[in-house]
Amino acid sequence: MATTTAPTSSHRAEAHQPVKHRPDRNYRRRQRWGWLFVAPFALIFLTFLVLPLVFAFRMSLFTSTLATGDRFVGFANYAKAFTDPLFLDGLLTVAKFGLIMIPAQMIVALIAALVLDNLATWASKFSRLMIFIPYAVPVVIGALMWGFLYSPRFGPASTVFALFGAEAPNFLAQDSIFGSLVNIVTWQWAGYYMIIIYAALRGIDPGIYEAAVLDGASDRQIATRIKVPMISSSLVMVVIFALIGTLQFFTEPQVLRGVAQGAIPTDYTPNMYAFSLAFSYSQFNYASAISFALGIVVFVFSFFFLFLTRKQSGLK
Amino acid sequence: MKATFLASVGIVAATAVALTGCSGGESGGGGGGSEAASCTNTVVNAEAPQVTVWAWYPGFDQVVDTFNNANDDVQICWTNAGQGNDEYTKFSTSIESGSGAPDVIQLESEVLSSFTIRDALVDLTEFGANDVEGDYAEGAWEDASSGDAVYAIPVDGGPMGMLYRQDIFDAAGIEVPTTWEEFEAAAQTLKASGDGAVMADFPTNGRAFNQALFAQAGSVPFEYDSANPQEIGINVNDDGAKKVLEYWEGLVKDGLVATDDAFTADYNTKLVDGSYAVYLAAAWGPGYLQGLSDADPTAVWRAAPLPQWDAANPVQVNWGGSTFAVTEQASDKELAAKVAMGIFGNEEGMNLGVDAGALFPSYAPVLESDEFATKEYEFFGGQQINRDVFLDAAAGYEGATFSPFQNYAYDQLTVQIYAMVQGEKDASQALDDLQASLEQYATEQGFTLT
Repeated sequence: MATTTAPTSSHRAEAHQPVKHRPDRNYRRRQRWGWLFVAPFALIFLTFLVLPLVFAFRMSLFTSTLATGDRFVGFANYAKAFTDPLFLDGLLTVAKFGLIMIPAQMIVALIAALVLDNLATWASKFSRLMIFIPYAVPVVIGALMWGFLYSPRFGPASTVFALFGAEAPNFLAQDSIFGSLVNIVTWQWAGYYMIIIYAALRGIDPGIYEAAVLDGASDRQIATRIKVPMISSSLVMVVIFALIGTLQFFTEPQVLRGVAQGAIPTDYTPNMYAFSLAFSYSQFNYASAISFALGIVVFVFSFFFLFLTRKQSGLK
Repeated sequence: MKATFLASVGIVAATAVALTGCSGGESGGGGGGSEAASCTNTVVNAEAPQVTVWAWYPGFDQVVDTFNNANDDVQICWTNAGQGNDEYTKFSTSIESGSGAPDVIQLESEVLSSFTIRDALVDLTEFGANDVEGDYAEGAWEDASSGDAVYAIPVDGGPMGMLYRQDIFDAAGIEVPTTWEEFEAAAQTLKASGDGAVMADFPTNGRAFNQALFAQAGSVPFEYDSANPQEIGINVNDDGAKKVLEYWEGLVKDGLVATDDAFTADYNTKLVDGSYAVYLAAAWGPGYLQGLSDADPTAVWRAAPLPQWDAANPVQVNWGGSTFAVTEQASDKELAAKVAMGIFGNEEGMNLGVDAGALFPSYAPVLESDEFATKEYEFFGGQQINRDVFLDAAAGYEGATFSPFQNYAYDQLTVQIYAMVQGEKDASQALDDLQASLEQYATEQGFTLT
C-alpha cells in the first residue's frame, strides 16, 4: 500500500515536462538535479521491479520440460494457461472469494467508520485502534494464529461448543475452509479499509451536516444520503485494493495449507498454482506465464471496475 | 496477499543471487574471512579449502565440529537451509539461476532422480564411490544409485516398524497384531472397548508413508533409470497399491482409523496423548516421538515389526532416509565428494549421528555393530528396538525407484486419497485417476511412457 503515494509524485514529475521549454542551460542543469533526486528510487524500481518483470516475461516465452530442456515457443504458454483447467478453476475460486469477501470487508469497514465518525469520546479512539490492530499483525503471523484458533485440538471452538453440549464444526474441512479463509481476510483487512473510509469522512465539511439537520435529516439519513455519496471515491479505491488483493489471494491459503493439505490443494488459487509450479515442480517458464496471465486478468478486472465507477471515483 | 507474485519471484531470484554469490561460488578457494561469516559452525582450520554443506540433521553441529577437527586439508562450512521441501525449494531455485547451490547437500533418496534429471548432481563413481559401496546397507545404496551411476552417499534409513501403546492394548485386551488382518481385528476390538482411542492414523498427506505401505503389497509405482532419462514407466494403480488402499478405505469407512493430516501440531499432539494406539513409524520415528510435547505421562511405548500381508513371506519397507549428494555447482567436486563420503563415513561421525540425531545409520560398520543392536531405549522401557524391529526391517529392504517428479506425484496422491476419504470416489478409482494424471503430466513433460 506504500504505492498509494506514487501517483502524486509522478503527477508532479509530469507537470514539469509539458512546459514548452526553451533549452536554456539553467533549465537543463535543474533537470539534471531532478534525475539525481529520482535516481535512488529509479534504481531500486528498475532493479527489483522492472528487470525481474522483463526477465519473467522472457522466461514465459520459453518452455522447459523435465525431459527435453529449453525451447522458444512464443505465446504457447499463454494459450496453455488460458485453457488450463487448474488455472481457470483457481480463477473461479478467487472470483467466488471476491463475491463474498469484498462486500464483507466493505460492510464491516463502512459501518465501523460511520459509527466511529459519529462518536466523539475516548471510546472512539480506542475502538479505532482496536479495529485497526489486526492489520498491524503480519499476514503470515495472522494466518498461523488463525490456524491454531481453527485447530480442533488447540482452538477454543471445541471448548465453547462443549458448553452447549454440541460438537464443534471442523473449520479446516473441505466444506468449511472457504468461510474460514473469508473470516481471516476480513479480520485482517477490514480495519485498514475502515481507516481509509474514516479519513475520508473526517474530510467532509461539518457545515453540511448542520445544514442537513436544519432540513430535518435524521442521523441515518445523514449517513446514507450525505456521507456515503460524498466518500464514494474512497469506497471505489477500497474496492480496487480488495479486488486486486483477492485476485492475488496467496498468503492465507498457503499458510493454512500447512494444517489442511487435503482441503487446500496446491492449485487452490492462481498465485498458489504459479508458486507450486515454479518452486515445487521446477516449471519456471510456465509459472511465469501463469503469473503474467493472472496479471492480465487483474488488469482487465481493475480496468473495467474503474471504468464502471469512473463517475464515483472522480476519474471523469 | 498484497505483494505481487511476479515481483516476489524476481526479488527472490535476485536476492538468492546476491546472498549466495559469496558463499557458493568461491567455496573451494582459499577460505577467506568473509566466507566464515556465512557458516553456522566455526571453521577450525582457516587455511584449508572449504566445502559448503546444507543439512538439517539434528545434532549436526557436533558432527561438523568433529569432522573439522579431524581434517586439516578440508573444512566444512555448514548451513541449515531448511528441512525437506524447504531446502529443496532453495536448491531448485539455485539450479535454475545457475549459482547459489552448496557443494554438498542433504537430499532424501526419494528426490534424487528429481535433481539428477536436471543435471544438478554429480555422478560420484569417478570419485571413488564404488570403493565404499561395501560400507553401506544394500537397499540404501540401491536408493542412492541409478543404473551404474551413484548420485549420493547414503546416511540414514527409515525401515518401518510399528510403535504401539502397550497400556492401551492391555486395557482393551489386544494382542500385538502381526498381520494386517489381525491389525483390523484389533482396531475393531479397540473401538468396541470404548477407550476413545483409534487404532492409528491414515493421513491423506502421508506421501512417502502411503507409498511405503503400498510397496509392502508389491506395488512398484515407477520404473526409471537415469541412463535413459526420457523414459518412465508409471504403474501407481497396480494391484499392490489397490489392495492396500482398499484395505485402508475399509478401516476409514468403519471409523477404525483417523484421517488427520500428518506433521501438523494437532497430529504431533495426538501421536503422544493416547489418541492413536499405534504409530506406524520409520526408524527415525522414536526420535521424533521423544521430541514431542504434551505426552501422556503414563504412556507405555513398545516397538514391534510392521504387520504383514503374508506372515510367511514378510516384506520390509522403508519410509524416508537421506543421503549426501555433490552438486554440479561445486567448484572442487573431488573435494566435495570426499566430504560427502567422509562426514558420516566413519564410526565416530556415524555414532554421533546415532546418539545426537537419533539417525538409523546406513553405514554398515555402525549398523552391524553389537553396540547399535543392543542399544536400550529408555523411551521404550529399555527395549532394544533396533534388534527387535528395525535391523530386520532394514536387512529385508531391497530399495525402491522414485520418479523424477516425485513431489508432483506425492501432491497428486494426497489429492486422490483425500477425495477417497471424503467419499467422492473409491480406492480403485482414486488410484486410476492418479495414474491418469501422472501419465498426462509425464507426457506433457516430454517423457516417453514405457
